[in-house]
Amino acid sequence: MSARNRVIMLVAVLLAALAGAGGYVWNVRKSQAETLAAAPEVAQGGDLQSLRAQPHIVFRSNALGENYGRVAVVPLTAPNGPRAFTPASCERVYATAADTICLSAQRGLVTTYQSRLLDPSWNESRELPLTGLPSRARLSRDGSLVATTTFVYGDSYANPGQFSTRTLVTRTDGAVVGDIEKFKLVVDGRVITAADRNLWGVTFADDDRFFVTAASGGKTWLAEGNLSTRTVTSIRGDVECPSLSPDGTRIAFKKHGDLPAGKWRLAVYNLRTGTEIELAETRSIDDQAEWLDDATVLYGLSHTADGSASSDVWKVPADGSGKPEVLISDAWSPAVVR
Amino acid sequence: MYVSLRDRPGADDGKSGAAVRRVSSTVVLLGVVSLLTDVSSEMVASVLPLYLTAAVGLSPVAYGFLDGMYQGVSAFLRIAGGYAGDRGGQPKWVAVLGYGASAVSRIAMLVATGFAAITAVVTVDRLGKGLRTAPRDALIAEASDPRMLGRAFGVHRTLDTIGAALGPLVAFALLAAVPGSYDSIWVVSFAFAIVGVAVLVLFVPNLRTAAGAARIGLRRTFRAVAGRRLRRPLIAAGLLGLLTVGDGFLYLSLQERDDFAAVYFPLLYVGTNIAYLALAVPLGRLADRVGRARVLVAGHGALLACYLIAAVPAGGLGLTLVVLLLLGVFYAATDGVLPALISRLVPGEARGSGIAAAQTVVALARFVSSLTFGLLWSLQGPGWSLMLFAGLLTAAIPAVAWLLRGVDAEETA
Repeated sequence: MSARNRVIMLVAVLLAALAGAGGYVWNVRKSQAETLAAAPEVAQGGDLQSLRAQPHIVFRSNALGENYGRVAVVPLTAPNGPRAFTPASCERVYATAADTICLSAQRGLVTTYQSRLLDPSWNESRELPLTGLPSRARLSRDGSLVATTTFVYGDSYANPGQFSTRTLVTRTDGAVVGDIEKFKLVVDGRVITAADRNLWGVTFADDDRFFVTAASGGKTWLAEGNLSTRTVTSIRGDVECPSLSPDGTRIAFKKHGDLPAGKWRLAVYNLRTGTEIELAETRSIDDQAEWLDDATVLYGLSHTADGSASSDVWKVPADGSGKPEVLISDAWSPAVVR
Repeated sequence: MYVSLRDRPGADDGKSGAAVRRVSSTVVLLGVVSLLTDVSSEMVASVLPLYLTAAVGLSPVAYGFLDGMYQGVSAFLRIAGGYAGDRGGQPKWVAVLGYGASAVSRIAMLVATGFAAITAVVTVDRLGKGLRTAPRDALIAEASDPRMLGRAFGVHRTLDTIGAALGPLVAFALLAAVPGSYDSIWVVSFAFAIVGVAVLVLFVPNLRTAAGAARIGLRRTFRAVAGRRLRRPLIAAGLLGLLTVGDGFLYLSLQERDDFAAVYFPLLYVGTNIAYLALAVPLGRLADRVGRARVLVAGHGALLACYLIAAVPAGGLGLTLVVLLLLGVFYAATDGVLPALISRLVPGEARGSGIAAAQTVVALARFVSSLTFGLLWSLQGPGWSLMLFAGLLTAAIPAVAWLLRGVDAEETA
């Protein structure tokens, strides 16, 4: 091939690449705009202040449109009815009657993340430390403790390029209790010091006691921890993202079992009887469940429709009976406030 | 971007005093190929964690598994690529295969859903990278005047690093324009990769290396690689690799003590890259002038300084920047200088294999180092571990200088 032909070939490849990639992106942009324009406006309604006075659910609304990603509130009596939008936007949200913890993303060339406490009128009352990609957030029942789990870049010893979690417990008055991954971790009576130990997905029992996922060497455990003694002790294997029932007797969690990597089944463990029940939801769940009441478990599940990804909040009975139903459509990260 | 193909090495033989001696156009072209490919691969790499956790819904543990998968395979394939390039005498086409595999893996992301498929696609990309590195470096060595090898590798690594720095910017600009459309990322990344492969196929001359004429067998290659001339440099590279803490750990220790580093954690590598690309050519030239082994050893002095500064309990913006700068110096003084050093110590017919052997030794040694350091970190914390590694490196540097004594004068070509 002569030098001239080679240049012509390169120019041809260059133009094809430019036209192909440019056209593709332009097309996606156009169809995104169309989807947005065609999206049915999600029903809005309700007065935030009066909603907060009755039992309600706080969640992140994933309905397409200008309020995408905003925190919304629905009454417990009509969860799939009109929602009232708050001014806050969060990736992950959890709330009690007094406080809301909001993990949010500031997208840019480098996406940065914030952890903010919001007061009842949804204004920032305090900024909390946060490193990494938001994953889970929980408040203790009395709203005095906050736990956040983030994915941190490079916390593992096997490969500095891999992700790892960091779970921070803070008091809502701003005092940092600490990174619970630095707590003493005891599994089956043995102290685990391996650097690949990770703790994530806290659920508080009271002002001191909490449950959490512990992991090391590819295994996970349900573990019980104490903030005062800075110790975490394993209870049971193959438990991730525990969530304590309102009556404090059971833990809803996701178990890996013998499923393929990256898949989980929702289950409930009874702390008193030591029995485990798999719930009627058979699809893979990757979420920290929430309790609607003592008999019903809530969780988020993503779905893809018309090329746009969203998620719904589903409910399923906690005793393994019944079948899953959508509780709130186009929603994520529910928090039930009673 | 047409670059003249005329100034092939050897054309200016005997004119060492010539006023301007440029780096071979082949090297520049290979640099452009690497630049385009790195834009492509860093685009994907920078959004992959976000994609896997946010869009695909993998947990971080699953992601870690994915990331750890290709360590060993990639190292093995590096040697295979080096040997295949030598054996066939056509390193260009082995490199094309490697670059091509990575390019194809981009477009495969469009159809890959689920954990297993994505694992397979990422693995193909890594295999491509493993395959192409050594034959490409052999081509750079083949195309360059031996007296300015350091500079040639410096030019290549500079272009390569520019691509690596641009990739994430392109990716995040795209995500800003078409939010959530990861498919757009794969498509644009594929376009960059294809143009890179086109430059490689169309313009990089298929230099018939000395290896092509000799067609040496596995045994002779092994003898050349494990022979006396390469033994000490390989031991030296392994020893230094064992004491090289991954930059991920250094960034983490900066971040643990310093608010600035914590907030701008994702940007720390940019600081290192800027220092690296500013210094790759000057240090490569320095290596040509004063000796490659000398610069290689001195580069580890910069690494030692990094450890010491990162280990002191005091933080602050200034110290963080100094660590990033020193890390850039370390990479500039070692990454391109090592293949430049090795390629002149092995006979031409085993050059790709020699370079591959050295890079594999370094990669495996650094992996062992990461494991060890991570374990120490968890037991004793970052400060203590860094001080220990600093102590060991202080002892190793003179030992390596002794191992490499006379190597600079020993070059074949």
